[in-house]
Amino acid sequence: MAKTYSAGVKEYRETYWMPDYKPKETDLLACFKITPQAGVPREEAAAAVAAESSTGTWTTVWTDLLTDLDHYKGRAYAIEDVPGDDSCYYAFIAYPIDLFEEGSVVNVFTSLVGNVFGFKAVRALRLEDVRFPIAYVMTCNGPPHGIQVERDMMNKYGRPLLGCTIKPKLGLSAKNYGRAVYECLRGGLDFTKDDENVNSQPFMRWRQRFDFVMEAIDKAERETGERKGHYLNVTAPTPEEMYKRAEYAKEIGAPIIMHDYITGGFCANTGLAQWCRDNGLLLHIHRAMHAVLDRNPHHGIHFRVLTKILRLSGGDHLHTGTVVGKLEGDRASTLGWIDLLRDSYIKEDRSRGIFFDQDWGAMPGAFAVASGGIHVWHMPALVTIFGDDSVLQFGGGTLGHPWGNAAGAAANRVALEACVEARNQGIAIEKEGKDVLTKAAASSPELKIAMETWKEIKFEFDTVDKLDVAHK
Amino acid sequence: MSEMQDYKSSLEDVNSRKFETFSYLPAMDADRIRKQVEYIVNKGWNPAIEHTEPENAFDHFWYMWKLPMFGETNVDAILAEAEACHKAHPNNHVRLIGFDNYAQSKGAEMVVFRGKPV
Repeated sequence: MAKTYSAGVKEYRETYWMPDYKPKETDLLACFKITPQAGVPREEAAAAVAAESSTGTWTTVWTDLLTDLDHYKGRAYAIEDVPGDDSCYYAFIAYPIDLFEEGSVVNVFTSLVGNVFGFKAVRALRLEDVRFPIAYVMTCNGPPHGIQVERDMMNKYGRPLLGCTIKPKLGLSAKNYGRAVYECLRGGLDFTKDDENVNSQPFMRWRQRFDFVMEAIDKAERETGERKGHYLNVTAPTPEEMYKRAEYAKEIGAPIIMHDYITGGFCANTGLAQWCRDNGLLLHIHRAMHAVLDRNPHHGIHFRVLTKILRLSGGDHLHTGTVVGKLEGDRASTLGWIDLLRDSYIKEDRSRGIFFDQDWGAMPGAFAVASGGIHVWHMPALVTIFGDDSVLQFGGGTLGHPWGNAAGAAANRVALEACVEARNQGIAIEKEGKDVLTKAAASSPELKIAMETWKEIKFEFDTVDKLDVAHK
Repeated sequence: MSEMQDYKSSLEDVNSRKFETFSYLPAMDADRIRKQVEYIVNKGWNPAIEHTEPENAFDHFWYMWKLPMFGETNVDAILAEAEACHKAHPNNHVRLIGFDNYAQSKGAEMVVFRGKPV
């Protein structure tokens, strides 16, 4: 029977709180952590979040009756306590797939983390996890190539890849920069990387950087007989400029380019990922600005969601934190989003912060990149935590070697190979790390000096964003 | 701290040429090779042997020694094939591979007999 129109403000929960709703296989599911305003009941706040992130507005409008809002609305279907924190709770919301444009992470985020985050009825709001139904996953292009294709293109098997971000971050001339790249690559690294804020500044325009870096790659390949690359950062002020730089990278034969997907934007990133697939270039993804969104435990977007968004938008590498270095990252939680980045099916696992089963179908996985404040002594832990499908990036840990970049690179390469060989032999390398490295250093003076240089450096600050665990 | 050392590597010096995984470690002896074969077998991967003239090591495709040993789990049988290949091509690089058919990739690949640098 047709409904009648009655103007005015209705309680959200009358429409959007549906505790008996059974989510459909095609629904997009979200888990929000809600910190409500005083006096707002849980169901009302959860329903309000469901409404404001889908079809709702603050008052009834007559045009609501021209469509079937019961079909299109988001449904708050469950509420759970947050272990260890009484100030907030989890609300689970199901959205019908029709609400989202196919292949558009931009559209998904505009709904899920749009106006609702400024909504007055909630004091703080955090998007903890999203289950993308396989039906939606299949509309996205995903990583341009994925782990398996990159291994074949770069001829790297049975070990993590090794990289290094060129330092100082800013201020080098293009030719000096190319020199630093060459030294790293001839010493045994697989990749070097533009720092995220290296774009095209007056002291080093992109075109000269690309030219000198490519010469460095070519020479290091001829010298070592191994395949090499450098992440040429094409992040730019406009998409037009970004594609111009990408086209030039392709023209000179660069195997890989790089983009900052959050500052550069999801629209630009998705387009560039498609371009990379069309043109055969690998795509390294940096995540500048992520900590603005993901570090506060009560407000923002958890990094596991940003990881899923990147996998859908497209990238062959993604920075995931190191667990052991200078940047934030809880071990269990990090292992959770590494799996979300690389595996094809990930089961719900609250002990690692994973709220939903996630099926990626045939969508390729991407390499996890560990970068920031790490050096040879971290190698056994890194190989254990990250496994083979990772890129371990030592910036200061390569360039800061007393004998220079090439020696620093060789030290890291020897340490990496020694750890992988020992792991394959069944040795518990995290425990026996010192022995493994000391033995390897006997035939590598570069590693020996590196071990003497960095022995004392430690980063032991506590993690700010921890997994929610019971306190009572 | 010991004195600064030059990093010895050049286009001219053929000893600078590497060949990917484990090529920065000392050449493998029989015991180390056996342990890597055991690793491949334990992983359930399909072992294979390939070889090439060192000057063509950069190529993606090396020469297959027979066919990959599908389903072979006898470590000695795998080692015997690697050694037979090395004997037939003493100046070539011989590499051991573990094909991971689920990942559609090589789970392991390493040179176990190093050829004569050229």
